[in-house]
Amino acid sequence: MTNSTNKQFLVSFFSGVLFAAGLAISGMTQPDKIIRFLTPQIWDPSLSFVMAGAVGLHAFTYHLVRKRKHPILDTKWHIPTRTDITAPLIIGSALFGIGWALVGFCPGPALVTLATGNPSAILFVSAMALGMVFYKKNSLLIKLGKAIRNFILRKQLKLSHRNQG
Amino acid sequence: MESKKAAHREQKIMSSTQVLHSLIGGGLIGIAATVMLLFNGRTTGISGIVSSSLAKPTKEGLWRWGFVGGLLFGGGITYMIQPELFKSFHQEKPLIILFAGFLVGYGTSLGSGCTSGHGICGLSRFSKRSAVATLTFMLLGFLAAQVAYRLHGGAT
Repeated sequence: MTNSTNKQFLVSFFSGVLFAAGLAISGMTQPDKIIRFLTPQIWDPSLSFVMAGAVGLHAFTYHLVRKRKHPILDTKWHIPTRTDITAPLIIGSALFGIGWALVGFCPGPALVTLATGNPSAILFVSAMALGMVFYKKNSLLIKLGKAIRNFILRKQLKLSHRNQG
Repeated sequence: MESKKAAHREQKIMSSTQVLHSLIGGGLIGIAATVMLLFNGRTTGISGIVSSSLAKPTKEGLWRWGFVGGLLFGGGITYMIQPELFKSFHQEKPLIILFAGFLVGYGTSLGSGCTSGHGICGLSRFSKRSAVATLTFMLLGFLAAQVAYRLHGGAT
């Protein structure tokens, strides 16, 4: 293990602790507040203040930090570069939104609450992991299926050309 | 009459301390994301970090385990100091929890992010993709919450 791998590990751990504290202090580890945020009749605006605080600060710091050529412990940035709006993006986000509203947990708060031994969080994180693994297996199968289909199509095309010629 | 109105008003308006807590907590989250970016050059999309952690451990992926460890450690410590921060209504019906958890796991994988990845990091980067994703999960969240609220006859 290189020196910077160790340091990156420690920084990530520290970031995780800060993130957990932020989630808890802001009330985001109370699913009731999330569900109420999404239900105007019993509205709790806490989430909007959390977003305001987080994005307000990070929108500023992100652009400041990116002025650098590279991060402190690495030689390059690992930031997503895609700009296309796709069906998976929309459908996935929709499914996530539904699950989120039903229990008031998203991945971060669920993990933080898991550490308290809360049974709902334990069940939720297990199911969440299952969903993630299912997606990975599924996408592999879909990719395999597409590759096989393309292979067959190309073969058929070659055969039809040979017959015509 | 007056005391009834005052009590009703207190219920509807959030206390200024709660607003402050949410802002400060949000600020801490922003700092956490900044630290991850400045040192490791990465965004803090928790669904992506967790999903990638569910694979064989590699040297490259060690930082993800560090972050998840930090979340758990931070949660444990915070709970010991201020357990009230976790006091809330929790959905207890196992089938609903399983269904919701699966949707969150699958949906964040398909949609490449969650509230931290798209909502916080993506919006801070001014990413169009994240803006669309965030609007989508907020909208569907609102719709799902409405259905649940009405099915329960207007109570949680």
